[in-house]
Amino acid sequence: MAKITIDNVVKTYAGGNTAVHGVTLDIQDGEFIVLVGPSGCGKSTLLRMVAGLETISGGEVRIGERRVNDLDPADRDIAMVFQNYALYPHMTVRENLAYGLKNRGTAKAEIEARVAEAARMLEISQYLDRKPRALSGGQRQRVAMGRAIVRKPAAFLFDEPLSNLDAKLRVTMRGEIRKLQKRLGTTSLYVTHDQLEAMTLADRLVVLNGGRIEQIGKPLEIYHRPASTFVASFIGSPAMNLVDARIDNGTLSFGGLTVAVGSAVNGPVTLGLRAEDMQVAPPGQAGMSMQVEYIEELGAQRLVHGMVGDQALTVTLSPAVPLTDVMQLTLPADRLHLFDAQTGTRLHAEPRRVVQPA
Amino acid sequence: MAELTSPPAAAPRMMARMAARLRGKAADPAKRVQFDSRLLPWLFLAPQLAVIAVFFYWPSIQAVQSSFYLEDPFGFGSTFVGMANYADALTSNSYQRVARFTAIFTVLVTFLSLSLGLLLAVKADAVIRGAATYKTLLISVYAIAPPVAGLIGMMFFDMHIGPFVKLAAWFGWDMRVGLNYFDTAFAMIFVSVWKQIPYNFIFFLSGLQAVPVSVREAAFIDCKNGWTRFRTVVMPLLAPTAFFLLIINITYALFDTFGVIDVMVKDKPANNPITLVYKVYDDGFRGNDIGGSSAQSVILMLVVFALTIVQFRFLEKRIHYG
Amino acid sequence: MHRTKPLDHVILIIGALFLVMPVVVAFMTSTHTAAEIHRQGLQILPGSHLAETYGTVLTQRGGFTGEITGMRMLMNSFILGIGFAVGKIVLSMMAAYALVYFRFRAATFMFWVIFTTLLLPLEVRIMPSYGVMSDLHLLNTYTGLIVPLLASATGTFYFRQFFKSIPDELLEAARIDGAGPIKFFIDVIVPLSKTMIAAIFIIMFVYGWNQYLWPMLMTTDESFFTLMRGIKSILQVWVGSQIPDYNQAFAMAVLAIIPPVAVVVIFQRWFIKGLTESDK
Repeated sequence: MAKITIDNVVKTYAGGNTAVHGVTLDIQDGEFIVLVGPSGCGKSTLLRMVAGLETISGGEVRIGERRVNDLDPADRDIAMVFQNYALYPHMTVRENLAYGLKNRGTAKAEIEARVAEAARMLEISQYLDRKPRALSGGQRQRVAMGRAIVRKPAAFLFDEPLSNLDAKLRVTMRGEIRKLQKRLGTTSLYVTHDQLEAMTLADRLVVLNGGRIEQIGKPLEIYHRPASTFVASFIGSPAMNLVDARIDNGTLSFGGLTVAVGSAVNGPVTLGLRAEDMQVAPPGQAGMSMQVEYIEELGAQRLVHGMVGDQALTVTLSPAVPLTDVMQLTLPADRLHLFDAQTGTRLHAEPRRVVQPA
Repeated sequence: MAELTSPPAAAPRMMARMAARLRGKAADPAKRVQFDSRLLPWLFLAPQLAVIAVFFYWPSIQAVQSSFYLEDPFGFGSTFVGMANYADALTSNSYQRVARFTAIFTVLVTFLSLSLGLLLAVKADAVIRGAATYKTLLISVYAIAPPVAGLIGMMFFDMHIGPFVKLAAWFGWDMRVGLNYFDTAFAMIFVSVWKQIPYNFIFFLSGLQAVPVSVREAAFIDCKNGWTRFRTVVMPLLAPTAFFLLIINITYALFDTFGVIDVMVKDKPANNPITLVYKVYDDGFRGNDIGGSSAQSVILMLVVFALTIVQFRFLEKRIHYG
Repeated sequence: MHRTKPLDHVILIIGALFLVMPVVVAFMTSTHTAAEIHRQGLQILPGSHLAETYGTVLTQRGGFTGEITGMRMLMNSFILGIGFAVGKIVLSMMAAYALVYFRFRAATFMFWVIFTTLLLPLEVRIMPSYGVMSDLHLLNTYTGLIVPLLASATGTFYFRQFFKSIPDELLEAARIDGAGPIKFFIDVIVPLSKTMIAAIFIIMFVYGWNQYLWPMLMTTDESFFTLMRGIKSILQVWVGSQIPDYNQAFAMAVLAIIPPVAVVVIFQRWFIKGLTESDK
């Protein structure tokens, strides 16, 4: 168990491509950190630099109090779970689990005890003498985790470990990884491109884009206060609606409604609206008119897609709400997200709770 | 069998792949992660490097070198003669005759063994019952050595006991293999084709079986006529295999048929058809014309090289949709 | 949706007969006496002299050369085939491992040094190769028979392709598990390559067994003759004989055919896989 310090870490490839631009991140002992972002955002590179599988071009990585920049992966006291499991296909499950310990010269009895314990924890005891090819995807994933657990490392590194599983299994395994991590209390760094996985697993979430950190925070903080349009559109499903709006003299106008927002900004802004934050306007109250285009039924709720003026909007409504071709929607005055129209960064203005027809 | 791993066969593929990768933007590193060690890679490479240095580079350099010298047949030194050996080789009647025969031989052997191999592969791919048996029977001949093929062929074309000679006599063809130039050439081509069919069969069949079932099914829905379907859907997908085999078969006909030819001409090359490789051997070892033989070697090397370039060019075009 | 036409079977049967019959006839004929063959031509039915002919060919000193038995030639062919295959696998696995799994500056250059050998077959540099062997006093030795044939990169090429297809993560996992280069080679690469090794062994065994030109040049001492070289001798003895020993010639051919063909047929699956997939 240890804290991990990533201090202004840079990765530049031989060709001059920079994959990671000075990332700084402090991971507390026992914390579960998820690195999330689209492909090519540098999240895997960052993880692999911590693992020692990529050289660090600049900055420093410390595990515990040790600087590990120049240490061999085997000497960093970490364990890694790979996307394709990376089990040794010619070894039995038992041998797979034991291999790392054997190379470290761990005593035989100790190896046996640890393998048995990990196998029990992961419920793979009955498969110990099988080869990986005789296991299902989920079982292989458990073995891969077991290989990490037996080592009792200072940190677990997960590189998209669930991407190769089918949707249902992914949900189950997600839960198990979380439970296991809580139980062992091992510091974990987890990479995924799946925002839902990131939300459900993380103590803290790190959203990466283009080799830079966009935002760090607890999942709900990030969900409710995304720092940029990038984070806003990446985290949450359906993605946050991002529409063009204007602020004139502290008043935001969109879709025929205005809200006093007390912002110093004047001119065009990007307005962010979560689909579930909008409601059908009660009769008599002014709303913005949405021309309904198509509906996605999800059972417990439905997604209504339509146009407000020339802006596309998605709204989550209860199936109980009757549908019409044109729907009048409220603007949630206390749940507005305002972003700079050019840079996409969040504008820190507290909206007032007054909505008026224009 | 020799043709299978004969070096020039693998070369063009490898070169093409290399070039494709050099041109690609990312210089495709062998592995994301590699070991760093000063000494170990050299230790692992050492045996292979030693063998190729002594048995490949040294003799190859000597071949090029001696192609510019005239060696005294009695071993009293050698004289530099520049391109004379090349000029002699290229202008001599006998060399031209052999080159002509080699060309015809290569074209016929390549064409016949490719088309028969393809025909059998298509049929073997079409049948279900007995497919495994046909496959085993058709590939079994693959492992027979060229000289053994030559020996068996000799027997079948033997003037006393050969059934083919009797068959030919039936049609009024007085076949005299080993004596008559044309008849010997016929037998050589026949045996060389026979020996090479299984190889082409194996590759065509695995090429055919690599065509995805979904593609075949789509073709079934789109096209009623079996031949058109084969021509428009299967053939284009098989084209890379066919081109690869074309090069392999040319190299086979040029080099690996040595055993067949040597057995069939029975050490009497004078009035029998021979190929260029046989002439290199014959001039060098029997004629003791080391310079001339070396010059011919170098010419052959250039032919192999040209073949490599051709395939390389071709694959370069294909690679985009391959 | 699939209908097989009878014509397909007809073509396949003709094709199979065309390919296989000569070998069957060779075997059947070898079980008859030379005189019978001389009188009646090639035979399609078994004769009664199987044991006799093969006994003679295998054990009788003499036969064609006067100095060496078929048994000895069979043994030499096995030495060449197995020695070549094993040598090839060891050398090329090690070299390919160095090229794929190590970062060192000369790697690209070494790659070209090795793969240039694919360009020139032994046949075109046969004269100087012979000269080198005689300078090194390796004529009429097993070393001289086998080692020069190893000087090509085919095996290295196949293994390199194979190693590149092994997922990167395996090496990464092994490094995290604390395996160094030699440990990784022995613990992971070699066991993983088993099928590939088997396939290459088959291909190379057949290739070595079937060598003709090189053994012909390298061995003047008959005790080093392989079966291929023996076949050459048969024909040399024939020139001028009244009733050639057809039966023994065929028996010799059959002996030369059986091992490689058996290996290929028995290990068909591996062999085809090795042959066609190493190409990808």
